[in-house]
Amino acid sequence: MLHIKHIKAGDWLTLLLGALLTAFLAATLWQGGAADKAVIRSGGKVFREVPLSRDQLIAVPGPLGISQIAIHNRQARIAADPSPRQYCVRQGWLKQAGEIAVCLPNQVSIELGGRRRNYDSLNY
Amino acid sequence: MTALTTENQDQGSRVKVQVKSLDSPCALYLEPCTSIRLGTTAEDHHIARMAALALGLSVLEAAIPSPLPGVKPGLANIVILIVLARYGWRTAAWVSLLRVVAGSLLLGNFLAPGFFLSLSGALCSLAVLAVAQHLPQRWFGPVTHSILAAAAHIAGQLLLVYFWLIPHSGLAYLIPIFAAAALVFGTVNGLIAAHYLDAPQSDLVKA
Repeated sequence: MLHIKHIKAGDWLTLLLGALLTAFLAATLWQGGAADKAVIRSGGKVFREVPLSRDQLIAVPGPLGISQIAIHNRQARIAADPSPRQYCVRQGWLKQAGEIAVCLPNQVSIELGGRRRNYDSLNY
Repeated sequence: MTALTTENQDQGSRVKVQVKSLDSPCALYLEPCTSIRLGTTAEDHHIARMAALALGLSVLEAAIPSPLPGVKPGLANIVILIVLARYGWRTAAWVSLLRVVAGSLLLGNFLAPGFFLSLSGALCSLAVLAVAQHLPQRWFGPVTHSILAAAAHIAGQLLLVYFWLIPHSGLAYLIPIFAAAALVFGTVNGLIAAHYLDAPQSDLVKA
């Protein structure tokens, strides 16, 4: 039987600080940074680099057919693809820098990149 | 009748031999006795007993599957915490390091990477416990010790992994998972240790 009485006041403090530290670590280390562009590749070569700021639909040709890449609300996804298993389509929206979706059969990939800038602007 | 007497004689001689061997073990051998005796104190036996307990827990734990290498309950640390609270840091350090060395021999990874990970974790958590034991006892109990030791344990392991095994910054993605595991398992182990420390009649850890 474990009783709550074994936790003393300082132990609660340690628990709280530990939880805060863990949350802080998760918030800082799991943030891939804001993405601001998408690199679209086809057959291993860069097909286009597009900014995420403008919503658009891009058709990328591959050996199997046309892959549709949608950019919407600073997110990107592969909206349609002729690949048989549709893994890259089911991956859904990519949001953070470093995220990547690859359609292997059609040799199309999309990768989000950031400029590794922590601040959009600084005001004094 | 004859059979009975010989049996009696046999028993008698056996008893005699036992008495002799108790008196001086060398009397049984014709050649001069050259056995080396290591003087052990009651404290040594106590440390060995505690280390065996910790060892049993770590072997038991090795059978529990883990989703991620490094995320383990660390049950042996319960013993270390109890020893720390009852017998001081020196004894706890002995038990902890004996546990690491003997545990690696039992699990077959002595001097393998897993052994050094275990050792660096144990050394870091002992270092932290050396400081944490001086926290005022009125407010800080085994739960605090356990959480701090668990955090130091995984920190020591991660440092060794980063500088020796996987020098890749992608390791940082795993840190929040390890920190959360250390917090949860540290709290649970600390509660278990506190439970046993509060029940003096329990003979789990007795001198």
